[in-house]
Amino acid sequence: MAAVLESLLREEVSVAAAVRWIARSAQSSEDDPGEAAALSPLRPLRKEFVPFLLNFLREQSSRVLPQGPPTPAKAPGSSAALPGRPGGPPRGSRGARSQLFPPTQLPSPAAEVPSARRGGRRRGPGPARERGGRGPAGLEEGAGGEGLPWAASRRPRGSGSPGSPSLARSDPPNLSNLEEFPPVGSVPLGPAGTKPSRRINPTPVSEERSLSKPKTCFTSPPINCVPSSQPSVLDTSPWGHGLPPGCRSLQEEREMLRKERSKQLQQSPTPACPTPESGSPLPSRIGNLTAEPADPAGVSSHRRLELVALIYSSCLAENLVPNLFLELFFILQLLTARRMVAVKDSDLEPSPGALDSLESPLFQSVHDCVFFAVQVLEHQFQVLSCLDKGTLKLLAENERLLCFSPALQGRLQAAYESSVAKVSLAMPPSAQAVSFQPETDNRANFSSDRAFHTFKKQRDVFYEVLREWEDHHEQPGWDFEKGLGSRIRAMMGQLSAACSHSHFVRLFQKQLLQMCQSPGGAGGPVLGEAPDVLSMLGADKLGRLRRLQERLVAPQSSGGPCPPPTFPGCQGFFRDFILSASSFQFNQHLMDSLSLKIRELNGLALPQPEPSDEDGESDVDWQGERRQFAVVLLSLRLLAKFLGFVAFLPYRGPEPPPTRELQDSILALRSQVPPALDVLALLQQGLRARRAVLTVPWLVEFLSLADHIVPMLDYYRSVFTLLLHLHRSLVLSKEGEGEMCFLNKLLLLAVLGWLFQIPTVPEDLFFLEEGQLEAFEVDTVASEHGLDGMPVVDQHLLYTCCPYIGELRKLLASWVSGSSARSGGFVRKITPTTTTSLGAQPPRTTQGLQAQLAQAFFHNQPPSLRRTVEFVAERIGSNCVKHIKATLVADLVRQAESLLQEQLVMQGQEGGDPAQLLESLCSQLCPHGAQALTQGREFCQKKSPGAVRALLPEETPAAVLSSAEHIAVGLATEKACAWLSANITALIRREVKAAVSRLLRAQGPEPAARGERRGCSRACEHHAPLPSHLISEIKDVLSLAAGPRDPEEGVSPEHLEQLLGQLGQMLQCRQFLCPPAEQHLAKCSVELASLLVADQIPVLGPPAQHQLDRGQARRLLHMLLSLWKDNFQVPVPLQLLLSPRNVGLLADTRPREWDLLLFLLRELVEKGLMGQTEIEACLGSLREAQWPGDFSEELATLFNLFLAEPHVPEPQLRACELVQPNRGTVLAQS
Amino acid sequence: MENFPSVSSQSQATLLSIFSQEYQKHIKRTHAKHHTSEAIESYYQRYLNGVGKNGAAPVLLELANEVDYAPSLMARIILERFLQEHEETPPSKSVINSMLRDPSQIPDGVLANQVYQCVVNDCCYGPLVDCIKHAIGHEHEVLLRDLLLEKNLSFLDEDQLRAKGYDKTPDFILQVPVAVEGHIIHWIESKASFGDECSHHAYLHDQFWSYWNRFGPGLVIYWYGFIQELDCNRDRGILLKACFPTDIVTLCHGVA
Repeated sequence: MAAVLESLLREEVSVAAAVRWIARSAQSSEDDPGEAAALSPLRPLRKEFVPFLLNFLREQSSRVLPQGPPTPAKAPGSSAALPGRPGGPPRGSRGARSQLFPPTQLPSPAAEVPSARRGGRRRGPGPARERGGRGPAGLEEGAGGEGLPWAASRRPRGSGSPGSPSLARSDPPNLSNLEEFPPVGSVPLGPAGTKPSRRINPTPVSEERSLSKPKTCFTSPPINCVPSSQPSVLDTSPWGHGLPPGCRSLQEEREMLRKERSKQLQQSPTPACPTPESGSPLPSRIGNLTAEPADPAGVSSHRRLELVALIYSSCLAENLVPNLFLELFFILQLLTARRMVAVKDSDLEPSPGALDSLESPLFQSVHDCVFFAVQVLEHQFQVLSCLDKGTLKLLAENERLLCFSPALQGRLQAAYESSVAKVSLAMPPSAQAVSFQPETDNRANFSSDRAFHTFKKQRDVFYEVLREWEDHHEQPGWDFEKGLGSRIRAMMGQLSAACSHSHFVRLFQKQLLQMCQSPGGAGGPVLGEAPDVLSMLGADKLGRLRRLQERLVAPQSSGGPCPPPTFPGCQGFFRDFILSASSFQFNQHLMDSLSLKIRELNGLALPQPEPSDEDGESDVDWQGERRQFAVVLLSLRLLAKFLGFVAFLPYRGPEPPPTRELQDSILALRSQVPPALDVLALLQQGLRARRAVLTVPWLVEFLSLADHIVPMLDYYRSVFTLLLHLHRSLVLSKEGEGEMCFLNKLLLLAVLGWLFQIPTVPEDLFFLEEGQLEAFEVDTVASEHGLDGMPVVDQHLLYTCCPYIGELRKLLASWVSGSSARSGGFVRKITPTTTTSLGAQPPRTTQGLQAQLAQAFFHNQPPSLRRTVEFVAERIGSNCVKHIKATLVADLVRQAESLLQEQLVMQGQEGGDPAQLLESLCSQLCPHGAQALTQGREFCQKKSPGAVRALLPEETPAAVLSSAEHIAVGLATEKACAWLSANITALIRREVKAAVSRLLRAQGPEPAARGERRGCSRACEHHAPLPSHLISEIKDVLSLAAGPRDPEEGVSPEHLEQLLGQLGQMLQCRQFLCPPAEQHLAKCSVELASLLVADQIPVLGPPAQHQLDRGQARRLLHMLLSLWKDNFQVPVPLQLLLSPRNVGLLADTRPREWDLLLFLLRELVEKGLMGQTEIEACLGSLREAQWPGDFSEELATLFNLFLAEPHVPEPQLRACELVQPNRGTVLAQS
Repeated sequence: MENFPSVSSQSQATLLSIFSQEYQKHIKRTHAKHHTSEAIESYYQRYLNGVGKNGAAPVLLELANEVDYAPSLMARIILERFLQEHEETPPSKSVINSMLRDPSQIPDGVLANQVYQCVVNDCCYGPLVDCIKHAIGHEHEVLLRDLLLEKNLSFLDEDQLRAKGYDKTPDFILQVPVAVEGHIIHWIESKASFGDECSHHAYLHDQFWSYWNRFGPGLVIYWYGFIQELDCNRDRGILLKACFPTDIVTLCHGVA
């Protein structure tokens, strides 16, 4: 590999040819024969070049002081302890500060150099040492010879037979041993304290992964993750590990290089580094490092750096690197490098003759780094110009960039000024509940009352849990499982019926979408960061900024440019809920529901291309299209992430299987399990229909949560292969007809690049599939313009989906603020402006020529027309059904009610078996349902055209308008009639059933009285006393009468009279009266009457006469009688007047006065309030009670007196009694 | 009144409401004590002794006052105990309730009078008081309805909601939400009582949050005032007021 690079540096091979050579295995006609000759023997190494290049650059840059997020403190004296280790500078990952540079005794100078070379972040063929230390031995065996042509090109050296390329490919070494190259974030396994970021090794998964250690996490950006540099005794070979054993020539060459280099090092003068600090402890506090000035004049070798920059940029352009944004991050790190790590003077100095070789370090000073970075940035201008405005500003204002390339700065400034990619601050997230929808949530949707009420409770428990989580989850020490786990499980335990599960899952899913996708939920949480105080401040207020940074002890929770999949913000609640619920049924229902929703959204008809609309109208429309696309995309990503989470949950573990055998058996088991969602088919469909921009982002989310086995399964391997092909095909510089839009590509590159860095995705996957790349050709429907070709992605969406791109800006901002980005920097939240809920899927017509014609009609119309028509049809169709319900069905229900009433009259009160009644009613009424279709058609015909007309532009041509109206009518009718013909009978049945049960329940005293009871006259101003007040007043009188009371207590007759007057007023007004109150008042009034009759009401006045006089009593009784007759609308329990208890009140009075009772009874009969016979019956039963002897006699006398009175039956009374036989005898119901 | 600065503007009704709530809390605390079988037995014996001496004396009422228990509830204890002794099957709750509502159904005349006396003399419990409370609640709902009509705010009331199959129903759901003091309001609940900590928390749990869970943020009117500190969920969607709000912003239909 070095050979290729060297030949490039010597300009024996042009960069273009080299890139062609790397990207395409076949030779191209453009290739210069000489170049081809130089490269063709190297063919077997082709796929190793890119990893080599990337590792090379990382290694070369490793002496640059860290800038990026994982900035460790510099260990004092560390660099001095490691003489001659340009690759092992004070850089490492966070969390390992103390042991970054353990003083190491290197055994010999020979071991020094290789160890230095190892220091970089490696990509490429790994050393054999990962296999348990078999390392160097492995190099000796097998066929070699790849090195020969390289050797020939450099210095002729004849021996060595060419090895077989196939062998080289089939047995690549493995760098995936994480014991020695642990991923960042994992616990350091050995004395090596630092954690390198993951490397990309073209090692076949099936071969060696079984022995490798798990990658637990990866959070680090590449450059800071320069590995431990702790030399392994066994490892004496630098980057040559990947070579097949026996590759002697290369080995030798390496050896020579080493020797030569160490010679050079000894001769070299003082390095360009202006502030050598070897051995002196550096301040450990971040933020105190001042940057070294960079000067174009200080660049060591322009040509060499230019060439490397060119080849590197070309690899970027061809998507030969796994993660474009990771590389950009790296480049920006170089741009903002603060200073070079001091090394021994002799270490760095390039010998003049070695500049075109790899012998001397590529970056000899900060100047070199900056120069290289600016070179690359120039090539990447197109991508840079698509970054958000804030990043562009920081780039344009970067003084180094200005100094090294004023032209690029000018372009960036211009791009910044014309950029519209504004970012907005997040709004505080607040939960919104899913609203109750009677159509799906009322009793009719549940199997039983119990299920309905259980769900009612569950909804409340769910939100209670959610609120509690909101309150507590940010408190230290609070634990989801401890705090809420048992409550959640108890709630899930009640969801017994499958139907209840589906209801709950619907609620869960809706709430998920609502909370995690709303502007509040998406901003902070989706970006995964706490509100950024720094972003509120201006960059100019540097001093304050610094002080603030120093105060912020806790680092921000940013995951660097390649964060692992997380569940930020509200998503955490839903994840933890699933985990705590640990319910198989719930998970299954959730997966079903998520899959369905994903399919639905993925297939949603999104904007169709607008034919050349030059005017402003298309802009307005596109805004809407984009917004809708963003909503759909973000929803899909969220749903897919959770689907992935739940689907792979049972298989997820921290480690891949420890042995090959175990892995094979797991693979055998897993390969027969059908996927939760057929993502392969959906991906293929998406590619065919040119909707990759919609499908791939959510697919990436889904795959990001896969377990370690998934990528090895044939099914998913095909998915990954397709994705790799897609990735390679997204060449940003290609533009033109049929190409994907630039930002669409950028989005896909960003998400795919991220996916390739996920711990569970094998590191080597990316470089593995190369062989078949040529074969990738998507069988797209040529005529159809898909979403891919439309500018559906904007910066908002890009940054929302890939918040890690924001790391670029953080890095640049930290440069401005003069401190490490670790503690913050500029991050503003990007929130999607898209919050509108998803419309229902428009109806699709699939049948008939008419449908085809309609499709054709829309094809050449603006998409808004189609949406309008579909929308109108959808709404009118739905309204039509509602209208039919409210008219036709309601009429039928009324008919049912009257039929039922008739039947009840015929069959008497009990009315027979309700089920039979219902059946007979339905059989009479359901045939009328046929009218629904006719009425529905009429409705749609009447309503649709107006709606279409109102929604389309005034200027729509008449013919277009008329067609649109017709289609709308047709679609609406189709929708309505389809529903009606399928459901009308069931609907009528249901409504009639409800009416019947309502009617049967309401049987009894209630229904007759209902009709006219409410309301007083219009003129009434409702000034009557309140019912509650009157009950309270009467209660006071009753309690006085019932005692105990003080001797002087009593009521005045006037007060009683006033009270009854107010009662009358109130009963006439009725504004505030409710039936229970009226019933109680009626009962109280009867009790009052009994007390009057028995003269038991204590009256205020002279102590001698504590009683009402007859006249007053009669007047009050008259008032009561008229209230009973005219004002009460509830049945008055008058028979209580003759209850033993009330009549017994008379027994206590001496002398007993019966005349008032007799008077009252007669008046009752007179006024038709009670029937003669009824009273007689009551009196008769009174005599059966036990009374004192004299009282019984008097009672008998009363009875006789009452009977003696001639009783004149009134015809009306009789009739009234017949109709309402219960009136007056019904007890007050309360 | 100086002791209640936060309610100093409230009327006597507020104080009555607070008293009633405090009394109810007291009764709840002591409820168990009066329902041990020993206590019931001792009360019943004292009742029997009392009426044995003088059936017309307020035996039951005085007993209740003496042991500091609500007279209606004491009447219920004795009535239950009495029916247990005299009937073959233990009395159902509905029978007891019916007898408390209409003591003339009680087979024993003396007990009927004693029970009646307890019921009409009880200021916090019993069917009459329940009815008064219910009436007060209803009156305030009517008041609220009138105010909504007056403001031209269209709404669905509880009955309409129930007919549609809603499982939890506030007094009113606004068909078009409004903003009160800057907070969006979807529903209004009327509470004709004082909002103290205890009752408010119970309402939050049983009603207000349930409404929020279904209909979004809303407004609670405690007509007899409330403890100011309880109005802490405004941002979360539950707004408290002691009267009908004046600062109502409605959705404008004009073209912006």
